[in-house]
Amino acid sequence: MVRTLLRVPATARSGEVIEIRTLIAHPMETGFRPGADGTVQPRDIIRRFTCRFNNREVFAAELHPAVAANPYLTFTLRVEESGILAFTWEGDNGFSQTETRPIAVA
Amino acid sequence: MSSPSWPRCATDRRAMLGGLLALSLVRPAGATPEALAAAMREFTGGAAPLPGGVTLDIPPLVENGNAVPVGVEVESPMTEADHVRAIALFNERNPLPNVITARLGPWSGAARLSTRIRLATSQRLIAVAALSDGSYRMAEQQVVVTLAACIEG
Amino acid sequence: MGSPRPRRGRSRWLEALACAGALLLLGAGPRSGYETMTPQLRAMQDDDLSNPGMLAVAEGEALFAREGCAGCHTAEAMRGVAARYPALDRASQAPIDLSGRIAQCREKRQQRPPLPREGPAMLALTAFVAHQSRGLPLQPDPRLAEARRQGEALFRERRGQLNLSCAQCHDDNAGRRLAGSLIPEGHPNGYPLYRLEWQALGSLQRRLRNCLVGVRSEPFPPGAPDYVALEAYLVARARGLLVETPAIRP
Ligand code: HEC
Ligand code: HEC
Repeated sequence: MVRTLLRVPATARSGEVIEIRTLIAHPMETGFRPGADGTVQPRDIIRRFTCRFNNREVFAAELHPAVAANPYLTFTLRVEESGILAFTWEGDNGFSQTETRPIAVA
Repeated sequence: MSSPSWPRCATDRRAMLGGLLALSLVRPAGATPEALAAAMREFTGGAAPLPGGVTLDIPPLVENGNAVPVGVEVESPMTEADHVRAIALFNERNPLPNVITARLGPWSGAARLSTRIRLATSQRLIAVAALSDGSYRMAEQQVVVTLAACIEG
Repeated sequence: MGSPRPRRGRSRWLEALACAGALLLLGAGPRSGYETMTPQLRAMQDDDLSNPGMLAVAEGEALFAREGCAGCHTAEAMRGVAARYPALDRASQAPIDLSGRIAQCREKRQQRPPLPREGPAMLALTAFVAHQSRGLPLQPDPRLAEARRQGEALFRERRGQLNLSCAQCHDDNAGRRLAGSLIPEGHPNGYPLYRLEWQALGSLQRRLRNCLVGVRSEPFPPGAPDYVALEAYLVARARGLLVETPAIRP
């Protein structure tokens, strides 16, 4: 488990467009960079990020080595009902991590 | 101006490879124009994106190419009938042309995202939006990168 | 270290600095490296959710509890501590930096194996402790006069193949550009910090190593007292600047 930071409003009005901000600790090793011994470091990146709201995919992104270390990603969502947001980062070497946040919609 | 300047790095060239410069050293040419065109074609299915309606927000001059903030916003009502399906970001001179490709929909409420990217050198960035009517829009921006003085000691 | 060099090479170098032609900022009092960053990097530092250094602070907070620090300390009691380090260690009567103090608690009071000084766990703990002082002014420990003197001597001593002192860059040429990067005044108020060049959090000692190697001199050995002496001087030189941990720097 690596550290993540998430900013999701705890409450929102029905129909409101909320902004979601995410940050995750990950080196995003490009696969092009030689290490101290001169050999190229194998690629180790997060390849895919998804956000599901009440189990339905509402945002997805494919990431490439050009995304900076410790990927930062913000996006929007219109919320109509209360529920659970689930954020998943998946990548090389079997990396997979999911975090959830509740949101109460009035 | 001929001058000994701040050593690009450390003790030897190997140490220099520790930095992002390596991107350009290992593949000096970066992505070829063909690779960039091919990556964009793959996203648009061959359609030619039209300029306009897309805002690509990136500082024109950055101090360090390792983490450059970038934002993309597409004008759209984001309704069932008229929305942005996807946004992709491409670059010209990194080893690979793709940066990030995001899928969204009318439930997104707005077509807006931001992230931070690596730029191996000064270059052009291109954002392309896929609209629900099957058309594509784009914006581009030139960025000048001035690397930090010393890569690592 | 400090090998003499033909005059010509050096004066060309200084000329290059002058040619760089950036404005020399003659403000009153020390200016944090923050002040001379681009608006984008300042925004990255200001907003905790976009500051990757906050990932290490969150990790440090978890370690503070998990590694037993919380058995003797509260996070609140850590407020203000980083602002007055390095401090005098009573037992050894020698200056000690914040990571050194944390290592001492771990090894002497907890009898646990040492953490590598620049490893992620020590950096995270140091970042968490120092973050508790964010926004507080640096208050140099008055008992460190001797270390400060040593540190100032190191700061003014020319070294390396380039035969340059810290002072020549950070006092005489701060605000000018050198091969694309701005020379800051060289203050220690943001550490540990997230340097874009490192793509990671790093310590003040790592930053000092970068500058030592930059003038092509042999860096002091890891953990050498010279680093703490330099830090003692840097803190006095930066007196009154606010702690920014975890800062962002290019
Ligand atoms: C067994 C109790 C104990 C534990 C566990 C402990 N400490 Fe301490 N710590 C102390 C005492 C006592 C002092 C005061 C030392 C002095 O002033 O000489 C101290 C001092 C400090 C200081 C300096 C405070 C100041 O005002 O200068 C820091 C920072 C600190 N500890 C951090 C930590 C961290 C981080 C951990 C976990 C790795 C930890 N400590 C674990 C007892 C403990
Ligand atoms: C040739 C000029 C030069 C010399 C000599 C030099 N530095 Fe630096 N220093 C820089 C530059 C340039 C930076 C900014 C980082 C970068 O882009 O490399 C910097 C950054 C720093 C910082 C970080 C400031 C911050 O805001 O985080 C500190 C501290 C520092 N130097 C201390 C020193 C010390 C101590 C010495 C002497 C051992 C020294 N420097 C020697 C050019 C120099």
